Amino acid sequence: MESTADRFVDNAHRALGNEILQQALGHVRVNFIEKRRQAVEALPEFEALRQAGRDLRDRVLADLDTHLLAFEAKVLEHGGQVHWCADADAARNKILEICREAGARRVTKGKTMIGEEIGINDFLAAHDIEPVETDLGEYIIQLRHEAPSHLVAPAVHVTQKQVEETFRQAHRDLDATRDLSEPRSLLSEARAKLRQKFVTADVGITGANFLVAETGSSVIVTNEGNGDLTQTLPRVHIALASIDKVVPTLDDLTVLLRLLARSATGQEMSVYTTLSTGPRREEDHDGPGAYHVVLLDNGRSKMLGTPKQDLLRCIRCAACLNHCPVYQAVGGHAYGWVYAGPIGAALTPALIGLDHAADLPNASTLCGRCEAVCPMQIPLPDILRHWREEEFNNKTTKPDRAPQPVRRGLRLWAFLARHPRLYRLATGIGRRVLAGRAGRSGRLDKVPLAEGWTVSRDLPAPSRRGFHAQYRKGYRG
Amino acid sequence: MSDTVTKDAATKDAASGHLASDKPSADKTPRHVALFVTCLVDFFRPNVGFAAIKLLERAGCRVSAPTAQTCCGQPGYNSGDSASAAAIARRVVDVFEKFDYVVAPSGSCAGMISHHYPKLLGEDARYAERARKLAAKTFELTQFLVDVCGLEALDVSLDRKVTFHDSCSSLREMQVRAQPRALLGQVGDLNFRELPDGESCCGFGGTFCVKYPEISDRMVTEKIANIEKSGADLLLAGDLGCLLNMAGKLKRAGSKVESRHIAEVLAGLLDEPAIGEPETGPATGGER
Amino acid sequence: MSDRDTVLAAIRANKKALPSDAPAARPAPVPARGRVDGAARRDLFVRMAEAASASVEMLTSPEDVPEAVAAYLAAQNLPARLVLASDPAIANLPWHDHPMIAHRIGAATVQDHAALTVAFAGIAETGTLALLSGAETPTTLNFLPEHALVLITTDDLCGTYEELWSRLRAATDDGAYWPRAVNLVTGPSRSADIEQKLLLGAHGPIKLHILLLDVEA
Repeated sequence: MESTADRFVDNAHRALGNEILQQALGHVRVNFIEKRRQAVEALPEFEALRQAGRDLRDRVLADLDTHLLAFEAKVLEHGGQVHWCADADAARNKILEICREAGARRVTKGKTMIGEEIGINDFLAAHDIEPVETDLGEYIIQLRHEAPSHLVAPAVHVTQKQVEETFRQAHRDLDATRDLSEPRSLLSEARAKLRQKFVTADVGITGANFLVAETGSSVIVTNEGNGDLTQTLPRVHIALASIDKVVPTLDDLTVLLRLLARSATGQEMSVYTTLSTGPRREEDHDGPGAYHVVLLDNGRSKMLGTPKQDLLRCIRCAACLNHCPVYQAVGGHAYGWVYAGPIGAALTPALIGLDHAADLPNASTLCGRCEAVCPMQIPLPDILRHWREEEFNNKTTKPDRAPQPVRRGLRLWAFLARHPRLYRLATGIGRRVLAGRAGRSGRLDKVPLAEGWTVSRDLPAPSRRGFHAQYRKGYRG
Repeated sequence: MSDTVTKDAATKDAASGHLASDKPSADKTPRHVALFVTCLVDFFRPNVGFAAIKLLERAGCRVSAPTAQTCCGQPGYNSGDSASAAAIARRVVDVFEKFDYVVAPSGSCAGMISHHYPKLLGEDARYAERARKLAAKTFELTQFLVDVCGLEALDVSLDRKVTFHDSCSSLREMQVRAQPRALLGQVGDLNFRELPDGESCCGFGGTFCVKYPEISDRMVTEKIANIEKSGADLLLAGDLGCLLNMAGKLKRAGSKVESRHIAEVLAGLLDEPAIGEPETGPATGGER
Repeated sequence: MSDRDTVLAAIRANKKALPSDAPAARPAPVPARGRVDGAARRDLFVRMAEAASASVEMLTSPEDVPEAVAAYLAAQNLPARLVLASDPAIANLPWHDHPMIAHRIGAATVQDHAALTVAFAGIAETGTLALLSGAETPTTLNFLPEHALVLITTDDLCGTYEELWSRLRAATDDGAYWPRAVNLVTGPSRSADIEQKLLLGAHGPIKLHILLLDVEA
């Protein structure tokens, strides 16, 4: 997928001015946060599970090759195939090859963020294979030629009215006077349309929330049932997964399942959790005749052993997005690539390069709410700080990010901070200038070099005399 | 130093109902507390520092505000300049480690020292252990007053409708939420209202608010809408950064809600106009 | 070098062992809620399944199943017609005593409005059904019809997922005959993709009706 992450500030500006988007984003704040809170309260073991989930992922990552090989062996044992792909290009070509071998004209798709990462839809379409998204949200945005803006609610940026417009435009074979004023009628229309696609697709591509080494299974977690129709009805099932998805055993899987739905949607369990293991057995009446796992690295192995490794614990629940004040303000598309919100701000620079996403780690107050709700206890603020440190120390950073004045300013501050007398002198001058300008008004509505502040808020005036000056003279309040 | 209570112990004591202050102390010298004034209090609102001293003394502490202090190093730390931040951190350790406790009228600076210094200096052979020790005895003001001193009976009153903003650092780095509410509960006549969506950031974020002013403005706009929704006429918080941001927005928006640091109310030091209010403004602490 | 070698080499070069002082792996917590049996387990299963918008009907004899199916279809204003799993627990029921129910045995198609299959197990912790693919329980029965009816006996209820996996390992000769699909189903299909408004019946069933055969009653 093409990135506009290097234009975050412009993207955010447009998002903030987009009233329809702002209206749509209002639903995130209310629904997800409250439902998660209730689900967490209903499970006293939730905090202990977070610890266990973190420990489990850390254990797997410390020995990732072993667990992946164990997974591979089991897939082969059950008659499936595993295709290792170092990068997006390799994954796209492998999927195309499988589709061509199957003589595929139409591919149905379950929700997969890895699919977005490698831009599989455009690639298949360019090779005369029709990709059909079947998750309702994904279907809506595919018709609108948009990217998902949220990990679990890809069309959260779209209003009901826009869905209606999109369906009227896309489903021109239907009666133009039909009533689409209710969400139910929109859902029914999508269901009917997609039924035709489900039964005529040659290949089904799904993502994988997890891979289980014990059984060689790929696991998907969904609510609509589209993922299951995608992987049950066509002749071939391709599960597209990144290397960080593997867990050793079914009991390990359980730990993560207990955290996932509660963190994502506030459900105890999502409606459908399916373990797929190999192709249909000889005696089966349904299921795909071939089962492929496309296993993608795409930069993840490079994160191992670095402070960014903790990001590979992520289970894509989107709790960090839902609780992030920046995401709530600008939505997912402003982040410019596949992953939005705090996890996107931390992960995107690792996958496409810091130079192409330097604003993302900076555009955060480090308020820490993401880490507080993360079921995998990923220290997201610390990782954002790591990126800032890399940017600060990286002399090759793009010139338009003006690191030199910033660097000089910070160094000057640090110097003063270590020399209290000079510090008092410098801050004393600043204080007197600002206090003088404020007069008796108590605040300033314009401050040179601080327009970013004063454009939308006043600056309370500093005190005429600093604390230390008064304290030294014996003043005690 | 033997009577120094670390945060874990303080929490445990508080949980079991045995506050540190309940222990026999006749033969003990009072706790010597260093006030970490914070650069914002020094620059914008010294009154907060004096209120903190008054409260700490009322809680039976001996208080010093070392003059060699400046800043905790957070601007550099959060901007990626860890080397400078570490240099400042080492200085803070030098200046403050000799005291029994370090207390800051700010969850943000207290969080920097107690949460981030051990990481920042973790690889520094000379400072790692000292940073950990300093971290263990550094507290946010209300946390210290309640968890360590068990301060009760403030003997102040304020007939105002008050709401309280939890700063992100207080709430999530220092786990401070109950303490300011417990203290406000002791202020006579005070009518407390919880802030809706109280766990959300106000949009200050240090350099964030000037680097990404539009997003910051959206966040603080949401915040002041919730402040108005609470029905309060006085906004309190424990961090001056958040207060400057919220007061600046309230005043720009023409709101009548006033803003103060919680220490000013708890200490009854209300002679100075509220944050961002004119000097000829209406008397504070009364009705409007 | 193949991509497989490249990826494995990169992982091996970069992976970092856990710190030597890392605590040994502890068993993960199992929610106390699920550690119940007998009537408590049955009641928990029913409560949790209903909380997930499934309906649960208690039966005391297998002979009652056809009657219950007929009543369900009538109550939903559906024709008395459905597709059945060939599992003996269903196929051997006295359907001939209910000639008004038109039934077919096998996999489901898009024409089927209702299906009845049998669950391998139920998990009380979350009110979830575990359905296995197989010759006698095709997967399409779980997803294609709008009304999914599932038979389960109280004997087959587990408290927790840990119990489910133990039973499944035992039933598959420690995984040697692992089924192609294990479907864990919690309530009927749903979507909230349009302005976060929750609607039941997305691509899967709009109703999940559980016939719970209480063998202990």
